Amino acid sequence: MNIALVEYGAGNLPSVERALGRLGVASQRASTAEALGFCDALILPGVGHFGALMRSLGERALVEPLRKAVANGVPLLGICLGLQAMFAASDEAPGDAGLSLFPQTVSELPPTDRLPHMGWNQLRRVRPGKLLEGVPPDAYFYFAHSYAALDAGEAGVAFCDHSASFVAVLERGNIFATQFHPEKSGPVGAQILSNFVKHAGGANGVKR
Amino acid sequence: MSLAHRIIPCLDTDGERVVKGVNFVNLRDAGDPAALAARYNIEGADELVVLDIAASRDHRPTFLATIRRVAAELAIPLTAGGGVATIDEGRAILRAGADKLTVNTAAIRNPELLTVLAAEFGSQAVVLAIDAKRVGDRWEAFVRGGSVATGIDAVAWARQGADRGAGEILITSMDKDGTRSGFDCALTAAISRAVTVPVIASGGADKPETFLEVFREGRADAALAASIFHDSIQGLGELKRFLGEQGVSVRQTG
Repeated sequence: MNIALVEYGAGNLPSVERALGRLGVASQRASTAEALGFCDALILPGVGHFGALMRSLGERALVEPLRKAVANGVPLLGICLGLQAMFAASDEAPGDAGLSLFPQTVSELPPTDRLPHMGWNQLRRVRPGKLLEGVPPDAYFYFAHSYAALDAGEAGVAFCDHSASFVAVLERGNIFATQFHPEKSGPVGAQILSNFVKHAGGANGVKR
Repeated sequence: MSLAHRIIPCLDTDGERVVKGVNFVNLRDAGDPAALAARYNIEGADELVVLDIAASRDHRPTFLATIRRVAAELAIPLTAGGGVATIDEGRAILRAGADKLTVNTAAIRNPELLTVLAAEFGSQAVVLAIDAKRVGDRWEAFVRGGSVATGIDAVAWARQGADRGAGEILITSMDKDGTRSGFDCALTAAISRAVTVPVIASGGADKPETFLEVFREGRADAALAASIFHDSIQGLGELKRFLGEQGVSVRQTG
């Protein structure tokens, strides 16, 4: 199976690469529309600013190819800012459109608790999902963000509570995303990545 | 369900090897950073900090290589720093595999640095490190590895730093550092009350009870320690079990 990490300058791309490597999963980097077209599965890493991410994707002419790949059924995993980029817009960058795979707007978390939401937190699952298969219900995942999607309609699989209730895991068809960083979340994070690879590759698991 | 209090081993390095000393002096070798990182990753550290305490320009390529070697061992977040004064230096550290960078001396000299680093990398990647020492009835920030007094009030500086874009404060008590006499809970609580970003307490770690104190009385979100972990005086798993039994939210591992 050909897994590509969308390369547009995201700081956590090497970490995701290493985490996949530890699972014995080879990946490539895709920074052009052509490269995206050859992939069986895509991962959109991300840290930093929503506007900067969308502008980077725009400069590389990757926005429409990404949307097209998803429409064609290519499995996509968004991580952290990669989850937020799937939405239509974000309070962080009011002028910049997101990938609009989901119609909602990403919100700034209210200052109820300390922000950024930084560290290890647990999830509240609202329905079964593929990414969380085999993950203990009380597992902790690593978060580092101040913005979040409060709602993803039927796609919400698990939520987290810090300052507000927000989407921590979402799944809809071939679209998967986590607000936390699986590549930084120890063994349970590795399980999430492994589950994505398994489902992206079909029931038989990793295959060419 | 709530955010776990973090336990963070810290690797003070000369760029290449882990070193340790008391009150920032009498440094001696304490091992290979990548080997220690691998151990803490397995033992349940919630994060790792690696600092270049020499922070000389000549050594920078060596330190970047150290960050790469350490990052390769980790499935947990990594914070790195030491002498960062520009966006390019910050970028080099993040590209080498760190998730966050610490800034200290250069931010005091030029507070605007925090703003530009946060704009470039996001607040979640910028940790303001403050070395503070009790002077009279307040705490003063020191720079250049704790060797130079600034006359700046540490609590006010923490508040200003957070306002300028730092996403976390790493507060080290110079009075407590290396003494194994417990964290400076008064200092940590003062910082914690002054800011709304997470606060990491450092300096003075000893028995598990000292961590309980700094989480309760010191209102710390995370606690950092070096020698008690390096010398296996305190096991991470045992520490976290103790804190869990005391009702502190921690991520239990293994």
